[in-house]
Amino acid sequence: MTTLIDRTKPKPPSGEAGAVSIAEQQREKAKPKGLYQARVPIYPKLVHGRWRWIKWALLIAMLAIYYITPWIRWDRPGDLPDQAVLVDFAGRRFYFFWIQLWPQEVYFITGLLVLAALALFLTTALFGRLWCGYACPQTVWTDLYIYVERMFEGDRNARMRLDAAPWSFNKLWRKVGKHAVWLGVAFGTGGAWIFYFHDAPTLIRTFWVGTGPMTAYISCAILTFTTYVFAGYMREQVCTYMCPWPRIQGAMLDDQSFQVTYRYDRGEPRGPHKKGTGWEGRGDCIDCNQCVVVCPMGIDIRNGAQMECINCGLCIDACDAMMDKVGRPRGLIAYDTDAAVAARASGRPVKHELVRPRTLYYAVALVVVAGLMLWGFSQRTLIGVHALRDRNPTYVVLHDGSVRNGYTLKIANRNFDDAQVKVRFSGPEGAVLSSPGRTAGQTLILNVKPNQVTPVRVFVTAPEPAEGVGGPQQAVFDITAGREHETLPTAFDYGDATR
Amino acid sequence: MTNTSERERDDHTGVETTGHEWDGIKELDNPLPRWWLWVFYGSIAFSLVYWILMPAWPGINGYTHGLLNESDRANVAQELRALQVQRGANEAELQTASLQQIEADPELQAHAMAVGASVFGDNCATCHGAGGGGAKGYPNLRDDVWLWGGSLDEIEHTIRVGIRSGHAQTRTSQMPAFGRDGMLDQKQVADMTEYVVALSGRQADRAAVGRAAQLYADNCAACHGATGTGDRAQGAPDLTDREWLYGSDRESIAAQIHNGRGGVMPTWEGRFSPGVIKALAVYVHANSAGDSHPTAVAVAAAATAQAVAAPAAAVEAAPTR
Repeated sequence: MTTLIDRTKPKPPSGEAGAVSIAEQQREKAKPKGLYQARVPIYPKLVHGRWRWIKWALLIAMLAIYYITPWIRWDRPGDLPDQAVLVDFAGRRFYFFWIQLWPQEVYFITGLLVLAALALFLTTALFGRLWCGYACPQTVWTDLYIYVERMFEGDRNARMRLDAAPWSFNKLWRKVGKHAVWLGVAFGTGGAWIFYFHDAPTLIRTFWVGTGPMTAYISCAILTFTTYVFAGYMREQVCTYMCPWPRIQGAMLDDQSFQVTYRYDRGEPRGPHKKGTGWEGRGDCIDCNQCVVVCPMGIDIRNGAQMECINCGLCIDACDAMMDKVGRPRGLIAYDTDAAVAARASGRPVKHELVRPRTLYYAVALVVVAGLMLWGFSQRTLIGVHALRDRNPTYVVLHDGSVRNGYTLKIANRNFDDAQVKVRFSGPEGAVLSSPGRTAGQTLILNVKPNQVTPVRVFVTAPEPAEGVGGPQQAVFDITAGREHETLPTAFDYGDATR
Repeated sequence: MTNTSERERDDHTGVETTGHEWDGIKELDNPLPRWWLWVFYGSIAFSLVYWILMPAWPGINGYTHGLLNESDRANVAQELRALQVQRGANEAELQTASLQQIEADPELQAHAMAVGASVFGDNCATCHGAGGGGAKGYPNLRDDVWLWGGSLDEIEHTIRVGIRSGHAQTRTSQMPAFGRDGMLDQKQVADMTEYVVALSGRQADRAAVGRAAQLYADNCAACHGATGTGDRAQGAPDLTDREWLYGSDRESIAAQIHNGRGGVMPTWEGRFSPGVIKALAVYVHANSAGDSHPTAVAVAAAATAQAVAAPAAAVEAAPTR
């Protein structure tokens, strides 16, 4: 089993000797004095390598999607918005390219969320917390903020020196510049968010002249604040203290899950290595601490799988670079499974099991839910009708003893055009349909307006029932609209048979 | 209190435990992160600001209003005013359009139905029922039988002036209390009851019907008509149909002949705007089954004549209760 180590407290004093570094001093300063503990500052060092490259590419791609999406236009008829992706709260519609969802169909969104959760479970069971390391907005924006920080203050060592240095003009302009750009990025984040909820080209004008909707200003302010605080100050603390995912992950991971792993079988015993000396009788880990200094979470991966680890792979890049330098093979730290490492340590053959009960469950659940969603979506009708029986009075006896029941048909026309809906009723003998302003007959033709729900009062009148017939009878509304057909089971109430 | 030196230290993490244990799970005594404290201080600061800006503290004669002068009541009033403006166009059209135009125009009809439903629920449902189904003594508005007429104009007029309402033009019908005021004795009331039962096409005591025929012509025909089909102008109900305001059984009919009850409906003119009264009339009319009266007369009259002529089968039957 994977062991999760809670390292939210300062590290206990250990034998990791060496000169007292600035980092060590900082850690000392953060030691709890009383009940509260300050954050241990983390200065992640820039690293180059395969995983860092993938992270940059994903960062650019995802930010691009975030910023560009609201500006994509999509032609829709009439007064309907021309924005491809729009959550229209005022109009109670969700637009996604050719799809238009009504609040009544919010279960499709629920289905998407279930699907996303299952995909997350499956990915985590197979490859660890890839979401945390590569795709989570907290990770992406923190990466962006650290990039900005590095632009102004330099890399790890320069930043540590700057923080320890007394205030000077040099320190001042670097700090001011960094925070200014941070705030700009934060505002850009909040500012892009609101375009998903209003017509973007309109809002970008009204926003600046002060006539935009209040919700836009408030959302923008809240997101500016949270982006600045979470990516600038809170960083790894959001993952460690606020996010539930690190606590849940233990339920999805097992010893066959690929995670960022220090291969202790190969690395130990670790120790500094002098150039020209041999590698016999010792491990490949030269204790250079590079995996620690590049870690955005401030942990030492060599302690094993940890709750804080977001599986981003930056320590892999750092270690690979060092292994290249000392002429040892890459992959001392790599995406690997606990089982594989244990097997190697005991000399057994390594076996990777991607298909195991856990991944099978997740995959089957994923396929089932995705299938249900697809089926549901393919069965989705653009005309939806609900028949509501009058509950008071349930029936009305007319002057000649015939019985009349009232219904309200709620006809939702999700088309962008007028629709003609044909209503038929079958149930009691000789029943006749009518609607206010329309003459009675076997069939009602109703014209409903596009993109709205039209309530229509419908009455069914049946001749006086035969002796002994009474109470509710089964009946059916047949609804035909274009090629769509729907049957709505309902009831026709003859009322008290003994009257 | 546990002495700190005696406190247990967790082997795995090196952190002291609080000494609390649940089924072998021990609580580590990690310090709280400092930012947590800041959030706590922040909420205290927020509450101070909130007290100053928003209504917060109760007093003896009121409460502190806060600098923003926020008031939910004022907000609702403002929203209602905005709603009036929004509804203005349709409201104005309701005022000018005729009832027939309103019912014929789908959009206007939908608006009138919505207004009508809400006004009906607030004001009319108490007596006529939530769906207009009526109750004993309160007419059913969903069927095709009307005391004062079921056309749009007649319904609107009834809503406007009411019945025995005190309005100058109020609709009034007057059925005498034949029994109570001694115009008919108990025997005659019983005979008349049989006669009325026969009028509606049901089986009745032939002898009693025969005895009551002259009494009916003398006392009732002036309003209810010679054949019992009633008179709209006076609000005299049709006695030949299935609709009975005060009940169809003999007891109820006898009680009505004895007491001559009549209901009261308030006048709504002045309480609702003409537009709202129109909307209400359209709502009631649209939910009703129309007015069967003109055609029903001939059909029912024939049936009545047959019953009064006392066919053998009807005569022998015992009273239903």
